[in-house]
Amino acid sequence: MRFSVFRVLREAATGHRGWRPLWRNPDPQPGYDYVIVGGGGHGLATAYYLATTFRQARIAVLEKSWLGSGNIGRNTTIIRSNYLLPGNEPFYEFSMKLWEGLEQEFNFNAMVSQRGILNLIHSDGQRDAYRRRGNAMRLAGADAELLDRDGVRAMYPWLNFDHARFPIKGGLLQRRAGTARHDGVAWGYARGADLAGVDLIQNCEVTGFRIEGGRVRGVETSRGFIGAGKVGVAVAGSTSRVMALAGLGRLPIESHALQAFVSEGLKPVIDGVITFGAGHFYVSQSDKGGLVFGGDIDGYNSYAQRGNLPVIEDVAEGGMALMPMIGRARLLRIWGGIMDMSMDGSPIIDRTPVEGLYLNAGWCYGGFKATPASGHAFAHLLATDTPHPTAAAYRLDRFRRGWLIDEKGVGAQPNLH
Amino acid sequence: MLIPHPLLGPRDAQEFTYLGDARLLDRPDGLAEDAEASFFDHVYLRDNPAGLHRELWFHEQGDRSWLVVTRDTVTHEILGAELARDLVLRNRGAA
Repeated sequence: MRFSVFRVLREAATGHRGWRPLWRNPDPQPGYDYVIVGGGGHGLATAYYLATTFRQARIAVLEKSWLGSGNIGRNTTIIRSNYLLPGNEPFYEFSMKLWEGLEQEFNFNAMVSQRGILNLIHSDGQRDAYRRRGNAMRLAGADAELLDRDGVRAMYPWLNFDHARFPIKGGLLQRRAGTARHDGVAWGYARGADLAGVDLIQNCEVTGFRIEGGRVRGVETSRGFIGAGKVGVAVAGSTSRVMALAGLGRLPIESHALQAFVSEGLKPVIDGVITFGAGHFYVSQSDKGGLVFGGDIDGYNSYAQRGNLPVIEDVAEGGMALMPMIGRARLLRIWGGIMDMSMDGSPIIDRTPVEGLYLNAGWCYGGFKATPASGHAFAHLLATDTPHPTAAAYRLDRFRRGWLIDEKGVGAQPNLH
Repeated sequence: MLIPHPLLGPRDAQEFTYLGDARLLDRPDGLAEDAEASFFDHVYLRDNPAGLHRELWFHEQGDRSWLVVTRDTVTHEILGAELARDLVLRNRGAA
């Protein structure tokens, strides 16, 4: 079933009776060549690229709950490639390029909207830092523009330019960045993977790994044993719990809660994404009109999928400092997700000490924008046993070897990344 | 969250800053044979449990003491707190 304008018109004319479920709901087979643990964005994207780009067969995705029920369904939908370090920026730019062709490739409307992201500058030192970042982005093939105060004023005249403590002095703009419909991304990858023959098995919790002679043979699940040649784990905030089942629970990862917020629907006011450079606050406006925004993680280990009030206050203060008119908007919803915060703020896509067991984790706040490249790079690793060139720095043993990728330079303190 | 400070009674968690797993109190011996491996473990690896977690909180906006707080990471319920100093001295006495 391909989606097209003609298909929509035909269904409209025939009472919408021709639509079918987007994917099958198969029972698990006794064994697969590849088992992906985790039916979120990264797991589904991995299965999709394994089956399409890397032409592998006999693939299953195991999901404890329903597809896309974790962080892919609860983020602030921003896509961007404005990183600094050589280990990160080529990977995120690869992801940005995949976003640009994604909907045509998997024939599904993920509402990818390149509306631009503006990182605001509030001091001369910050301008220097952002100029350096912009140059690093352009060296990696991304786009970046440094705006002065008037350039920012032309885009968003209502920002609080003359804040006594944090006046706005300019901004770093990436025009190709933007937003995407987060659920649509998961559904598009799920449908694409299903069409390519991947078994998407929901309500199937992994309860153990069968490891013989240092090699993984399959996974024990709530629906019985499933044999596997290779197992890829992409379970975000649950990484430590799942890997503990394979005896690898002690990882350079802490799980933390990150909250997100949506206001009531408002008339169009923000046509891009804006980040406040003096606090931690980022905001965009959804197509329904709600202001979608967020800030820091709560800062202590959590598996609760909800946060507490102090961070809500902190985020609201950031919003008020940046755009005082936000004080007139009422909050509609607040929710939380569990981030797999790594020790240097950068992800891990690598083999593990168990042969045939592979790990995709440590995405911190940044998992959504990375979804396409993460899936592609993880599929590359699973299919070829070599890292994708843009993800070669994301080794599990880089902490032991001292090759950290610490964008913020705050050290091994996950709640500061 | 309210943290039951052993000297000051229940205090708002906002007065504290969070460091992490209380195992950080057990600093490895830098002169031992396996110092490199044990410092790698100490600095970078975490158990990250879902459930009870003993963790270090610093009463920065209060009496500037370090507490070891026992908290459930699934429910955020705090089950107890003691001075990190008391814990370390007790462990030293036991050893």
